[in-house]
Amino acid sequence: MKTASGLLAKLCWQREDFELKLELHCPAEGVSAIYGPSGAGKTTLLRCLAGLENAQQLEVSFNGDCWQSAQQFLPVHKRPLGFIFQEPSLFEHLSVRENLAFAEKRAGTNPPVCSFDQAVALLAIKPLLGRHPAHLSGGEKQRVAIARALLVKPKIIFMDEPLASLDMARKREILDYLEKIKRVLRVPMVYVSHSADEIARLADYLAVLDKGRLLAQGPINSLLSRLDLPIPLGEDAGVIIEAAISDIDTQWHLAKITLSPGQHLWFKDKGFTMGQAVRIRILARDVSVAVQEPVNGSIINVLPGRVVACEAEPHPATQLLKLHVAGYDLLARVTRYSSQQLNITAGQSIWIQIKSVAIAP
Amino acid sequence: MNLFSSADWQAIWLTLKLAALVSVLLILLGTPLAWWLARSRSRFKHWVAALTALPLVLPPSVLGFYLLLAMGPEGPLGKVGLWFGAGTLAFSFPGLVIASMIYSLPFVVQPIQNAMETLGQRPLEVAATLGAGPIDTFFRVVLPLTRPGFISAAVLGFAHTLGEFGVVLMVGGNIPGVTQVVSVQIYQYVEAINYRQAHLLSASLLIFSLVLITLLYSFNRGGKRQHFSLWRAPRP
Repeated sequence: MKTASGLLAKLCWQREDFELKLELHCPAEGVSAIYGPSGAGKTTLLRCLAGLENAQQLEVSFNGDCWQSAQQFLPVHKRPLGFIFQEPSLFEHLSVRENLAFAEKRAGTNPPVCSFDQAVALLAIKPLLGRHPAHLSGGEKQRVAIARALLVKPKIIFMDEPLASLDMARKREILDYLEKIKRVLRVPMVYVSHSADEIARLADYLAVLDKGRLLAQGPINSLLSRLDLPIPLGEDAGVIIEAAISDIDTQWHLAKITLSPGQHLWFKDKGFTMGQAVRIRILARDVSVAVQEPVNGSIINVLPGRVVACEAEPHPATQLLKLHVAGYDLLARVTRYSSQQLNITAGQSIWIQIKSVAIAP
Repeated sequence: MNLFSSADWQAIWLTLKLAALVSVLLILLGTPLAWWLARSRSRFKHWVAALTALPLVLPPSVLGFYLLLAMGPEGPLGKVGLWFGAGTLAFSFPGLVIASMIYSLPFVVQPIQNAMETLGQRPLEVAATLGAGPIDTFFRVVLPLTRPGFISAAVLGFAHTLGEFGVVLMVGGNIPGVTQVVSVQIYQYVEAINYRQAHLLSASLLIFSLVLITLLYSFNRGGKRQHFSLWRAPRP
């Protein structure tokens, strides 16, 4: 296998009537998400990468170090990885502090990802340290499990739908922690999920899996704005834009990012600071188009742009448009009827209205 | 006043020694076997499980009879014993230990196997992802989490060996200080119509066993993490 940075894997795994066959390359930084519907083979893929699955035809290397090939197999406990399982998997016979110490004691000689205190502070588990897992809620357990994975000095962290077993409120809470970890610690992660929301908030790189095959992989922005891709996002189709806050309007409680000089997006101020990096998500269903500049509308974000391409959708009533605005790609879902009425064709200049901008700071 | 004769004391001491030795040896040998039975997907697993459980259903005299033949000068175990210069194993203390181990095997293996099956694969995987090797994992994760199973196994193995009779009589005979255990001693008193001594020994054994089993139950109920039934049928 060629030496390259990041996680490289080539596998062919078979079990009964299911076959997982793909080549994957996750970059050495940021969050790489493996996305796909249930039964696509995401968890199996992640377990194969970590060495938890007994797969024969499997080649895995990380930053040039061979983890598995036809000739060799590096046992899981010797790989510099952290793993978060779907359900919180703390050792029931150890207290929270002892669970963390278990990992710390067995950490290799890699540079630490963070100190004990830092991990405890990042996940806000200081009040839990003396307790036993039996007395923790699901969300608390998962936070401890994440802190524990950080303390084993991993060079990469695998997460297998870490929010799947939690309710909505806990999901949101843990997502905040994961974003903080991503921002502060800069340890690469491979994140498996079937939730477009989670992916949109966390992922930098995306691999789309379906029925054991990789449909596409690449940086999330370029992947999400592709029309030809059969990514089963459905209602969640949309793009992600990362930018810095360039203005805050205290009177109307709005904040602004600048896409290019003179072209801005306004959205609800959630207590941002100037210059703060934010990640925003614009869903295709929230974007509409107009041939003439709309006047007297309620939508503040109106920008001139260009139609790049039109693509049919599974439902015959709608159409997905790929638009180009101020250097960014956007998707818009419009009815075929309107498209016909407005006579929209590729290459045409157009006005773009963005109804709402979801923020994932 | 001395309730027990010196022969009684000798039998009590021998019985405790036998039961303790058998429990320790069975825990050591039964653990890998239980591990294999809990984890293996081998097609021989059912055969091994059935063989392990066989002493449960076999009359002790049948087991004792075949063990006696095996340990005699012409039997395979006897030949091994002779080859090591230990004499034939029949009617000896080592022979009694081996026979008791076979007789009590299911009582030790099954609680451990049940505990390991209940534990599942996940804690082992978690330990591996935290950098713990197999031996480390066994002592720091598996053992603490399956402790109730091990305690059940030790107590049941001990108590069951205390109470055996048929196998001992067949394999060990009735040699004072060598193979004469409490149960055999009681039998002898009854044969001699010495009911007073028979009562004393029987009542002692009854109370001791009851206390042991009660302790085990209270312990396993007190442990809030896992509940192991004292007995679970082997899985088909």
